[in-house]
Amino acid sequence: MTLLAIDDLSVDFGRHHRPALDHVSLLVDAGQRLGLVGASGSGKTVLASAVMGLLPDNAHLTGTVRFQGRDLTRLPDAAFSRLRGQDLTMVFQEPMTALDPTMKVGRQASEVRRLHTRCSAAQARAKVDEIFTRVGLDPVSQIADAYPHELSGGQRQRVVIAMAVMNNPSLVICDEPTTALDAMVQATVLALLVEELDRVDAACLFISHDLDVVSSMCDDVAVIHGGRIVETGGVDEVLDRPRHPYTQGLVATARIDAVGPGQRLPVIDDFSSTSDLVQAASEQCDTPAPTRQDR
Amino acid sequence: MTAFEMTHVSMTYGGRRRRVRALDDVSLSVEEHQKWGIVGQSGSGKTTLLKILAGLASPTSGQVRLFGRDLDLKSADVMAELRSSVQMVFQDPRSSLNPRMKISSIVSEPLRSPLVRNRPDMPTDHAARVAEVLRAVGLPPDCGDLYPHELSGGQRQRIALARALAPHPRILLADEPVSAMDVDVRAQVLNLLNSLVDSMGLTLIMVTHDLSVVRHTCDHVLVLNQGRVVEWGPTSTVMGDPREEYTRQLLASTIRRRTV
Ligand SMILES: Nc1ncnc2c1ncn2[C@@H]1O[C@H](COP(=O)(O)OP(=O)(O)OP(=O)(O)O)[C@@H](O)[C@H]1O
Ligand SMILES: Nc1ncnc2c1ncn2[C@@H]1O[C@H](COP(=O)(O)OP(=O)(O)OP(=O)(O)O)[C@@H](O)[C@H]1O
Ligand SMILES: [Mg+2]
Ligand SMILES: [Mg+2]
Repeated sequence: MTLLAIDDLSVDFGRHHRPALDHVSLLVDAGQRLGLVGASGSGKTVLASAVMGLLPDNAHLTGTVRFQGRDLTRLPDAAFSRLRGQDLTMVFQEPMTALDPTMKVGRQASEVRRLHTRCSAAQARAKVDEIFTRVGLDPVSQIADAYPHELSGGQRQRVVIAMAVMNNPSLVICDEPTTALDAMVQATVLALLVEELDRVDAACLFISHDLDVVSSMCDDVAVIHGGRIVETGGVDEVLDRPRHPYTQGLVATARIDAVGPGQRLPVIDDFSSTSDLVQAASEQCDTPAPTRQDR
Repeated sequence: MTAFEMTHVSMTYGGRRRRVRALDDVSLSVEEHQKWGIVGQSGSGKTTLLKILAGLASPTSGQVRLFGRDLDLKSADVMAELRSSVQMVFQDPRSSLNPRMKISSIVSEPLRSPLVRNRPDMPTDHAARVAEVLRAVGLPPDCGDLYPHELSGGQRQRIALARALAPHPRILLADEPVSAMDVDVRAQVLNLLNSLVDSMGLTLIMVTHDLSVVRHTCDHVLVLNQGRVVEWGPTSTVMGDPREEYTRQLLASTIRRRTV
């Protein structure tokens, strides 16, 4: 069943001529985990912000974003606030975007819980303790009692992840959720994320430039380039046999382990000239969105 | 020459409410032109270590030396040396870039610093230098007219790096400098850093959770766990034949594609 249907979505920022999103269509099914990969500046965060209703005022949006059948682009603010943090949540690329610097993190998480579920302060606090423990925030009582600036980068991001899965959402948008995390915690947090998503059967739009992480997390992947979706399909299919020249370059440049210490790393320009990419991007922008693969 | 030396450095944060020992008896010696990677779990003290080297925090105990001189944060002389030779890139670019300044002024700010201005090798044509470093990190020079919030996360991280490189630092301290970058830009930036070490004699101390980046770019590595040094040495030794169980766990936890 389709949970999120983005149809012909374009976004631009007034004084910039090139649109950040250019006629993007994308489907996410209930429970599906869809990866979104693409270069820096290709429009991934703008896409996520558009779905979350968090674009700045100077953004100009056309097209539709249907979530559970409702067009979010027309949803009144009050209804949107009820949806955010409950059914639709997001983990931001830069954790400070989501945290209030003047409030202890335990209290922030409790408020998110209480805003959306009928429960006592003590129940909310117990839930926060439980979820903080699960994401490896240790010792919980000390961390909950800290302000965001008193935490390390990874601790902050784990607080944000905990808040995003706490209320059993249907869709979690993760924007580079683990870039600030070390390898061990990254593996733990991703495993937790998968477990939580599976437990409540939530879908996930997972934005990342780490192809290893995407392939371990996602069923399907969409590749965005210059604000357009240029390729979609099953993760292994796309990463093993990329069709679009941009994806081919992306897969080839990701192999940092194949290059000797200190040797020059290949860049995408080594694989295809920019004009080829632009050409191909305009030809393939109508590639259909992926359908869910049977698992 | 020894660029940085730390001996028995400890750092405790906080008061009665919450006391955290972020660094515990850390000793470290970094020679000029070396490329160090600092790795360890979240909360192990990596950012704290960089902040101490950058003179942004003073340790609770222990000694820090920069080019052989005591890093006395109260001495104007030492601070001048520090500000003119050391630059730092912060972990979360959103909180380190001034939201009300245009990119061009953000990047040229270190060039205008009174402590750096009079250095003989300081670029005098600021606009040209800004354009040069923006190009070097793979951004179009005309992005100088934008504000930080108008850029993407990976673009902001590159602004932070361009700003740090603008005054030709002798030592670059970088906290997860490539974590938000896509693979293509990451390759460009690592190539750039490598060539700066080769051609300009830059010394690099980089915190990263990406062990493949350490393996590729760093010749030395320091492994931290809960504020303590687990082991350190040449990258090939530490990562090829780790002595400590903790290091082995760290190496084993890297996520790989299911099929390659
Ligand atoms: N508020 C804004 N005002 C003007 N331009 C913006 C704004 N936000 C984003 N942009 C532009 O839109 C484009 C897409 O940005 P977006 O943040 O979606 O990139 P991204 O794919 O998330 O990149 P990254 O991987 O670096 O985070 C960029 O060129 C950026 O400069
Ligand atoms: N200003 C502060 N006040 C109180 N505690 C702090 C402060 N800054 C850091 N800490 C604590 O010190 C410890 C080390 O933090 P640090 O930021 O150095 O970790 P890190 O290794 O950089 O972690 P990450 O990989 O998550 O960024 C953590 O437990 C953190 O909560
Ligand atoms: Mg982004
Ligand atoms: Mg840190």
